[in-house]
Amino acid sequence: MVTAALRTEPAPATPRQADPLGLSIRGVSHQFDLDGGILPVLDDVSLDAAPGEFVALLGPSGCGKSTLLRLVAGLDRPTRGEVLGDGQAITAPHPSRVVVFQDPTLYPWRTVWRNVSLGLEAQGILSRERGRVEAALNLVGLGAFAKAYPHQLSGGMAQRVALARALVNDPRLLVLDEPLGKLDSLTRLQMQSELVSLWQRAGFTALLVTHDVEEALFMADRVIVFSDRPARVAADVRVDLPHPRHRGDLRFGELRRLILGHLGLEATW
Amino acid sequence: MTDILADAPGREADFAAALKDLSFTGILAASAFAAAAAFSLIWDDVGDWGRTREFALILAGVAAGLFLASVLAPWHAGLAAKVTHRAPWALALGLFFAAWEITTAKFNILPQPFFPPPQAIFEVFTDDFAKLGASILASVKLHATGYAIGAVAGFLLGVSIGWSRAVGYWAHPILRFVGPLPATAWLPIAFFVFPTSHSASVFLIALATAFPTTVLTWSGIAAVPSAYYDIARTLGANSRFLVLKVAIPAALPHVFVGLFMGLGSSFAVLVVAELLGVKAGLGWYLQWAQGWASYANMYAALLVMTVLCSTLMTILFRLRDRVLSWQKGIVKW
Ligand SMILES: Nc1ncnc2c1ncn2[C@@H]1O[C@H](COP(=O)(O)OP(=O)(O)OP(=O)(O)O)[C@@H](O)[C@H]1O
Ligand SMILES: [Mg+2]
Repeated sequence: MVTAALRTEPAPATPRQADPLGLSIRGVSHQFDLDGGILPVLDDVSLDAAPGEFVALLGPSGCGKSTLLRLVAGLDRPTRGEVLGDGQAITAPHPSRVVVFQDPTLYPWRTVWRNVSLGLEAQGILSRERGRVEAALNLVGLGAFAKAYPHQLSGGMAQRVALARALVNDPRLLVLDEPLGKLDSLTRLQMQSELVSLWQRAGFTALLVTHDVEEALFMADRVIVFSDRPARVAADVRVDLPHPRHRGDLRFGELRRLILGHLGLEATW
Repeated sequence: MTDILADAPGREADFAAALKDLSFTGILAASAFAAAAAFSLIWDDVGDWGRTREFALILAGVAAGLFLASVLAPWHAGLAAKVTHRAPWALALGLFFAAWEITTAKFNILPQPFFPPPQAIFEVFTDDFAKLGASILASVKLHATGYAIGAVAGFLLGVSIGWSRAVGYWAHPILRFVGPLPATAWLPIAFFVFPTSHSASVFLIALATAFPTTVLTWSGIAAVPSAYYDIARTLGANSRFLVLKVAIPAALPHVFVGLFMGLGSSFAVLVVAELLGVKAGLGWYLQWAQGWASYANMYAALLVMTVLCSTLMTILFRLRDRVLSWQKGIVKW
């Protein structure tokens, strides 16, 4: 049953150049009820993302990163604490805060084009804004696959469609849950640069979950390192490097060693 | 043709093989039909059947067609594929008709009148077409009305139960309690409660269709992954969009399973209703024929029913293939 979770704030017409959202997570704890017990997942997490900032979240698998993103998206409410967007409590999903989930989850009955146009259709602005669909598809390099069905795509292509489906909405906050996880390493590097330049152009606030320390350092202004479950903020590292960044930089290497240290992996360096 | 022969020697061997193979089974099938036609014409019927000559001519026509197709096949790739594929079945049918003809009309091996010869059934179609045609029309109309009502009602009910907790609360126990009862069990009461036997039958057919459609639609809606809703909601979908553009399309494969099951049970109810109460339709024709002990008419009605049910199945499969063309590997009918 889904009736309980159907509130959605009314969607305004999306501006071309989104004015970025300031995100503030204050003392958030979250737990799940498993049969017979409670599973604490987030433990007093506080962090802020200034409007237009690019924040990366790093942490061990299963520590609660995706859970935190669901709270930010407004899909779930935290057990304790509050999640604020521009100072207002986030209580329901809104198309200005778009999530690219870990799993691409395309609708198998819709073509790639109709998957990407989903947000515009849901907001009732598709007929005016059709051009944006093609632009988003070209951006992820899938312009030629507009008429394909999801089962005809590779895993990486599906993930790029999911990215296009998010970008087409010109979000004020873009939440990315390991969006490049299934891409081959070449496409991955290319998409990292694309995303950074897109972020610089469109100016949205970005929240990126990744397992890849280099990816976090290459893209983000700040890297937040989480502890094991229940997740707490273990470190908050500012990446004081201008874009475009170079992986061979001295400072890049220092930061990587620092972060691996926070993850308890300094021995691998 | 010349360039085929002029080509590589392998090609030539292929060609010879194809020629031999194709003509063999195809021509055998043609001979079987020709034999059936010959038996019909040469020997006298043991009974009094009026259309033996016409029937024999049709068998001869089929034989000629098969022969022509088999002979021409090697020169036409598309035809060759068809002939190769169908020749074994054609042969079996030809032998069947020949055997049927011999064991019934000619040598009376199978007891008459319980096993009428093919020309007797053919005769029903030519000489009793007015009544048979009217019965077909009545059955088709009755079934179409009942099935359409049942399918639409079942679909709407299934969606409501799957979507709304309140509807589910009230409908679920009723559905669990009443649903599994075969619709035919309601028949005596329905004939008594409804003003006409026709409206009672429409109700029963609709009931038989609605139950599986409801349950499968409901389970389809319930099985929609919650991630589908999460995606749409973060992109600004309202609940109307979630029902119409997410839940229903995602549930459609289940809905079609329900529609198929409903089609099967609606056939059963249709026939029973027509056998027991309605004064029209194929079931009634069957009943009427039994009253006169005219077995040929009964077989003819059964044949028509078979063709109708199978056609409706095919139509539903076609519809599903169109609507669910996005699915890979759907079952072919
Ligand atoms: N709906 C739920 N019900 C119960 N437990 C859940 C639910 N969602 C997540 N969990 C649990 O919460 C913990 C954190 O899950 P989460 O998906 O947030 O991890 P993650 O940090 O994103 O991991 P990964 O990097 O592997 O994706 C896991 O132990 C998981 O089993
Ligand atoms: Mg995760």
